[in-house]
Amino acid sequence: MDISFDLLLNAIAAGLLLGGFYAAVTAGVSISFGMLDIVNIAHPAFVILGSYLAYFININFGVDPILVSILMLPVFYALGTAVYQVYYLSFEKRGQESLRGLAFFFGLLFVTEVTLILVFGVDYRYVEAAYIGPSIHIGLVDLPLRMLVPCVSALALFGAIELFITRTFAGRAIMAVSQDQLALQLMAADPIRIKRIAFGISIATAAVAGALLIIIQPVEPSVGREYIGRVFAICVLGGLGSMPGTLIAAMLLGIVESLTSTFYGPSWAPAVSFGFLLLTLAFRPAGLLGR
Amino acid sequence: MNRVNTAKFSLIAIAIGAAVMAFAHWFHVDYLFFASYTILQFIVLGTAWNILGGYCGYVNFGSAAFFAMGAYSSVFMHKFYPLPIPVLILIGAIVCGIAGLGMGYLTLRLRGSFFAIATLALAVVLQTLVVNWEYVGGSRGAYIIRPENLEFAGITINYIEYLFALMLALAVIALATARVIERSQLGFGFATIRDDELAAEACGVPTLRLKLIATTLSGAFMGMAGAPFPYYIGYLQPSSAFGLEYAVNSIAMPMIGGTTSWVGPLIGAILLGSAQQYATVTISSAVNLLIVGLMLVAFVIIAPNGLIGLVQEHLRARRKP
Repeated sequence: MDISFDLLLNAIAAGLLLGGFYAAVTAGVSISFGMLDIVNIAHPAFVILGSYLAYFININFGVDPILVSILMLPVFYALGTAVYQVYYLSFEKRGQESLRGLAFFFGLLFVTEVTLILVFGVDYRYVEAAYIGPSIHIGLVDLPLRMLVPCVSALALFGAIELFITRTFAGRAIMAVSQDQLALQLMAADPIRIKRIAFGISIATAAVAGALLIIIQPVEPSVGREYIGRVFAICVLGGLGSMPGTLIAAMLLGIVESLTSTFYGPSWAPAVSFGFLLLTLAFRPAGLLGR
Repeated sequence: MNRVNTAKFSLIAIAIGAAVMAFAHWFHVDYLFFASYTILQFIVLGTAWNILGGYCGYVNFGSAAFFAMGAYSSVFMHKFYPLPIPVLILIGAIVCGIAGLGMGYLTLRLRGSFFAIATLALAVVLQTLVVNWEYVGGSRGAYIIRPENLEFAGITINYIEYLFALMLALAVIALATARVIERSQLGFGFATIRDDELAAEACGVPTLRLKLIATTLSGAFMGMAGAPFPYYIGYLQPSSAFGLEYAVNSIAMPMIGGTTSWVGPLIGAILLGSAQQYATVTISSAVNLLIVGLMLVAFVIIAPNGLIGLVQEHLRARRKP
């Protein structure tokens, strides 16, 4: 099979756009799993919850999905802090996070999915917005706005998180917790409070990621499962909590998935992330930019 | 002494199963066979999960993947070269044991959570493979025509009774294995990993080898539970074989029963399994899954040691007033 040049170019462009979106989905996991060491496998479920909220408000009140997600940020933040509080009191404090904490998040994932199925059914849902149809053409490359808008918003979100973590006091405190929790305690700071804030932020990003997801593709409750492999593959490859690493890894996975679905068919795409994850764990567990 | 106990234990377990079987056979209740087959299947799955999860403290979210791998190895063999089901069970065990070993080898040398994440992703990927594999039916699924009766040494046996008997044997084997492990050196090794892996490693416990034994055993039993499934269900579809309910049930049952002993998964599977059979018939299958999920969350928060833990606490409280 000879690979035509513009097909290849388009696949790479689509992969970059997809990668930008993956970065937004992974940002939350990079904070919770990468920095706080909380294995929040329920994160994709919160993303899907964000999708459905965006869908519900968009269909009933005609509000733009991205605007909805920004309005939802405080709600998701509060939800995140509440989840962390339960997690801390029931598992982290007792040192049982490895087995029961994981089961707890798995239960959350499951309960969210089944609740969404009971409320909305298993039909695919989609949103309506002006930028979902058209696309821009630059030379040989097609850039559908349906992908471009989420990618740009995702990069904006990602940049905002990076700035927050490196420039603000609270952000640096989160970095400090991720480096040495005990040292922080010795300096009379409360690591639990900082972790609660950080976990709240990580869940808040799921609101935005969810809205972007439902712009890119129609959503049904079990779509989230495909993202578990993806986000953790990106997070591990990105070097657990390194924001620039996460962005690079997300772009890489986006490109590889896009090439796979262009040249082998879209039904193979979900397998790519797992291959990525296994190869990373086997050969480079410290991630791309890891020491 | 241990060996005698195990033999006695197996005999008692078989006797109980035979009693259920005789009861159902006597009253010609086919439904009872179908319902208790599912419960027995969950006993095997829960016990298999517990060998790794409860004894070693490593969470496997991919029970559905192993279960489906067992089921699909049967579908493959059914099309390739039909064999009797006991042989298929053995094949399922070998395939899934190897898969468990491979997964463990790649991920268990790292932090524990990586293994959990990898198992979670495994289900998605295997489903992708099966959906794209036309030979075993692809996304359309595969039909397995189950014969009405089985001729064996001149005796005619109802096929569902045959499947039930096989699953009963598997459940007894799984429980007996778990019980033996618990009281053996292997079990103590597993417990040291669960309690403090670093300390165990420092004391010379070969942690990686023990963990690999556990993943292999656990995967093999899950494959065994899955192997007869296509014959039971008659029509196997990727979305039913990889259903999340297998993953959640095989975690919820040991967690609700109690993870430190073989009794836990047994109690959990019987309680949760019968409740689900009842709820599926009377309410709806989606609601009953919601109940399982909520019970799992509630139990890990409120009763971390399951029902067994609650009973033990109660006994201890009564002993010293």
